Amino acid sequence: MEKTKELQQIESQFETFQILNENGEVVNEDAMPDLSDEELKELMTRMVYTRIWDQRAISLNRQGRLGFYAPVAGQEASMIGSQFALDKKDWILPGYRDIPQIVYHGVPMDQAFLWSRGHYGGGQMPEGVNVMMPQIIIGAQITQTAGVAMGLKRNDTGTIAITYTGDGGASQGDFYEGMNFAGAFNVPAVFVVQNNRFAISVPVEKQSAAKTIAQKAVAAGIHGVQVDGMDILAVYAMTKEARQRGLDGNGPTLIETLTYRYGPHTMAGDDPTRYRTSDEDDEWEKKDPLVRFRKFLESKDLWSEDEENKIVDQAKEDIKEAIKKADSAPKQKVTDLIGFMNEELPQNLKEQMEQYKEKESK
Amino acid sequence: MAQMTMIQAITDAMRNELKNDESVLVFGEDVGQNGGVFRATEGLQKEFGEDRVFDTPLAESGIGGLACGLSVTGFRPVMEVQFFGFIFETFDAVAAQMARMRYRSGGVYNSPVTIRGPFGGGVKTPELHADSLEGLMAQTPGIKVVIPATPYDAKGLLISAIRDNDPVVFLEHMKLYRSFREEVPEEEYTIELGKADVKREGKDITIITYGAMVHSSLKAAEELEKDGIDAEVIDLRTVSPIDVDTIIESVEKTNRAIVVQEAQKQAGIAANVVAEISDRAILSLEAPVLRVTAPDTVFPFGAAEDTWLPSYKDIVEKSKQVIEF
Ligand SMILES: Cc1ncc(C[n+]2csc(CCOP(=O)(O)OP(=O)(O)O)c2C)c(N)n1
Repeated sequence: MEKTKELQQIESQFETFQILNENGEVVNEDAMPDLSDEELKELMTRMVYTRIWDQRAISLNRQGRLGFYAPVAGQEASMIGSQFALDKKDWILPGYRDIPQIVYHGVPMDQAFLWSRGHYGGGQMPEGVNVMMPQIIIGAQITQTAGVAMGLKRNDTGTIAITYTGDGGASQGDFYEGMNFAGAFNVPAVFVVQNNRFAISVPVEKQSAAKTIAQKAVAAGIHGVQVDGMDILAVYAMTKEARQRGLDGNGPTLIETLTYRYGPHTMAGDDPTRYRTSDEDDEWEKKDPLVRFRKFLESKDLWSEDEENKIVDQAKEDIKEAIKKADSAPKQKVTDLIGFMNEELPQNLKEQMEQYKEKESK
Repeated sequence: MAQMTMIQAITDAMRNELKNDESVLVFGEDVGQNGGVFRATEGLQKEFGEDRVFDTPLAESGIGGLACGLSVTGFRPVMEVQFFGFIFETFDAVAAQMARMRYRSGGVYNSPVTIRGPFGGGVKTPELHADSLEGLMAQTPGIKVVIPATPYDAKGLLISAIRDNDPVVFLEHMKLYRSFREEVPEEEYTIELGKADVKREGKDITIITYGAMVHSSLKAAEELEKDGIDAEVIDLRTVSPIDVDTIIESVEKTNRAIVVQEAQKQAGIAANVVAEISDRAILSLEAPVLRVTAPDTVFPFGAAEDTWLPSYKDIVEKSKQVIEF
């Protein structure tokens, strides 16, 4: 397809925003976010922690000790960096892969494991944790974000709503509807599209003729930006800015983070060698967010191997504890589920409650 | 003849029709290079090219609209809904558009689309992957709803579905995909839509069912035989429209019936079967027609599936209740 001059002109405006290059060198001094040394170390700590957790989750899944799991390695900067820019009271509307963000937002890890196992305990958000249940339906969270953001604005909370989807999710009608509503009602919403190049097996080039996903903001009349999603400082800075834009009454923002998923789509039988090459994998591993940020911290004398090893051990320990805790959750019963259907049991469910009580007592 | 699993029989049916008719197109999410998340379209893109078998962007509403549009321009789209719980995203295209095409155009246009989708419990998928939504579809006039229980039926029914000039929803129970093999002819054959199959003959009670519950019912029938009860098992195969003649003929013979579905009690198909029996054969009944179903909750999250899904034991128990009435 040959693109017209006008279109080329629009597309050329969407350049990838970056602060740290692949060698961990600052290439955009002016944009450096104002973070203390402690905060910088915290970002690295969380990325290391998440990488270990991902490895553990994959092996727990293989042992049959977890249920549904969508690997996150490669996407740490995109996930951790964006969440770190939020206020504790902001709302997150996650997709199925966005578990690190919600855990750092306050969902206990054992509950995340329960969610993975298909236990209702995984959806019971603790008081004060403004997180929706991770969506399996791709796109549903995006229109809901417009609603949550409108609610936050009407209640004058001084907080925003952020949501996540993938490059594939940006093809859903709901994606456009959500952005368009948020723009039309001028509500404080941030839409993050984590472009990890593949929707299961379908490459982003086959999702859309658009050169970037960020440019899709233009149609909704909102701000759009493409960020190097392997650069945690860039993701952090842009999310922070987007949050402020929403709070200042200047509308929602679409952030496209360019990232990569190293593992399979989920642990349920996906085989990435069917649709991508090892060259491609190698290419992206060179951009690894952990390597890059480690180099940056080391250059400032803020990081050591020792420190990193401690985090690795801590992560392993925490995960062990969390799994133990998840194991001790009460076994899910059909009568529990019947009880959750409505506030009051209608006739049919009352009857069925009795039937299943009897069945479960056997 | 070859031994095939149900998924192989399904692939074989699509291959047959892609070969047979240039206007057949197969598309959906991940159906191309990946061969589908269950490998139902394995090898088809290689064999027929990207023009005929292709990946779409991730948007069910778009997929349904595309199929609908293609169908009025002379094509026979076979669209895959990756998991049938995602039908909600495309419900407008299917229920409000394709299903009404013939009616609204006074017969000028038709919409020969086949909508394939996996569903069904017992495989511990995340939410909205397993839901039995056939009742919802069956409540939509203008579409046929087909649910095969065996590899042989799957091939013959799918070929018929693709050749049908109206939209057909073709639901594939995930648990049956690879659970067993059976002899399936390599050459083409069709099975008439709307026709039930008596999977086991008997004279004491009729068990009317479809999908994975056909196998649970056959197992229940074996158990019942140990107690001297001779059950007839009818596989509806098409749940909309249902084959009233086969049902009534059987009930008039056995005078007793139960209806078994994996779906929730309020979810449709079984209720319709019971109503038809009561309309047409009430005087031949020796006992009320009972139902074996799941309870009226949302499809349960993984950890409670086993108790939630109806089992062959429930079928045995309900059959005895009817016999002893
Ligand atoms: C409405 C809907 N359609 C299809 C699916 C099946 N599905 C699950 S993940 C996925 C690919 C998603 O890709 P993308 O949005 O790029 O996110 P990623 O998984 O790469 O993070 C598909 C097709 C779904 N869960 N929901």
